[in-house]
Amino acid sequence: MISITVNGQHHDIDADPNMPLLWVLRDILGLTGTKFGCGAAQCGACTVHLNGEAVRSCVTKINRAAGQNIVTIEGLSDNNNHPLQLAWNEISVPQCGYCQSGQIMSAAVLLRENPNPTDQDIDDAMSGNICRCGTYQRIRSAIHKAAAMQPEGAKL
Amino acid sequence: MKKVIAISLIAVIAGLVTLSFRTESTKKTNYPSSVKDSVGSVKAFMSVYKVLMSARCMNCHPSGDAPLQGDDNHIHAMNIKRGTDGKGIYSVRCSNCHQAENTAGLHMPPGNLKWGLPPANMRMVFQGRTRHQLALQLLDPKQNGGRTKAQLIDHMANDDLVGWAWHPGDGRTLPPLTRPALVAQVRLWIAKGAYAPSAKAK
Repeated sequence: MISITVNGQHHDIDADPNMPLLWVLRDILGLTGTKFGCGAAQCGACTVHLNGEAVRSCVTKINRAAGQNIVTIEGLSDNNNHPLQLAWNEISVPQCGYCQSGQIMSAAVLLRENPNPTDQDIDDAMSGNICRCGTYQRIRSAIHKAAAMQPEGAKL
Repeated sequence: MKKVIAISLIAVIAGLVTLSFRTESTKKTNYPSSVKDSVGSVKAFMSVYKVLMSARCMNCHPSGDAPLQGDDNHIHAMNIKRGTDGKGIYSVRCSNCHQAENTAGLHMPPGNLKWGLPPANMRMVFQGRTRHQLALQLLDPKQNGGRTKAQLIDHMANDDLVGWAWHPGDGRTLPPLTRPALVAQVRLWIAKGAYAPSAKAK
């Protein structure tokens, strides 16, 4: 049994310690907001937070997550009201939407560490998340919008 | 009288036998010292240089702020940046993809617990350095991470991330020397005087 905390809830997982965290999240816990893209940490679709870092869950084995704190897109906010989610909605960022939960999880780390990112900061932080529809301009606008929405000094 | 001579003879022989078992010299150094030999020293460094400039070593000692990938030393995909601590920035930290061990399969992320570049304030660049420049840089504590010669040898011989180069995972070529052979050449280079190849040497 491997104990993990996902979105604040404790789970005991009966699985091979080498199983990718992504499989645990999707197939065992049913949290399907996180997507499988490439399976090789090259696209960012499977990005979740492991102790606050934007790890690629397709190559992160469940034993690395043992006893750790995981947040998925489902747990990013209580009512889909994280500034990024609000901004994403407002600007209608997604086209097909497949990469978007990974995009938002990466953007959340950026905003936590840099509440007022420049275009360059956004490019640097988001370059590990690929969008096949090419929504990059809207992603960038939404991150700026979310940054503006945050109350002064708010911790994301 | 005869007894006294016999006893002292035995004592002397015992003393000599004891001395003959001493292998260490009284003067201790952290690395083997031998006679200075600039030709031999430079020759050893040439072998060291070949290893340090191989993809497994140089890809994480780039001249820019992005790591390199592959045997052709191309810039790391995904616009990866060094960051101040050498471990990446924001949502593209090294350990977000690189695990504590290699991920199995071709083109999968290699891994090590210490995965990363040298930090921004101690970049330890190999890429583009001539033999002359790299030798001087390796010997300069201000440019080598504050290492003495003994610590330099220890880094090559025992550092876990350095050791990854010889267990790089599927599809990656190995450095041109084995690790023990590299360490032997580093020791030789230093023991013979740690000479840098001439600035004119190609």
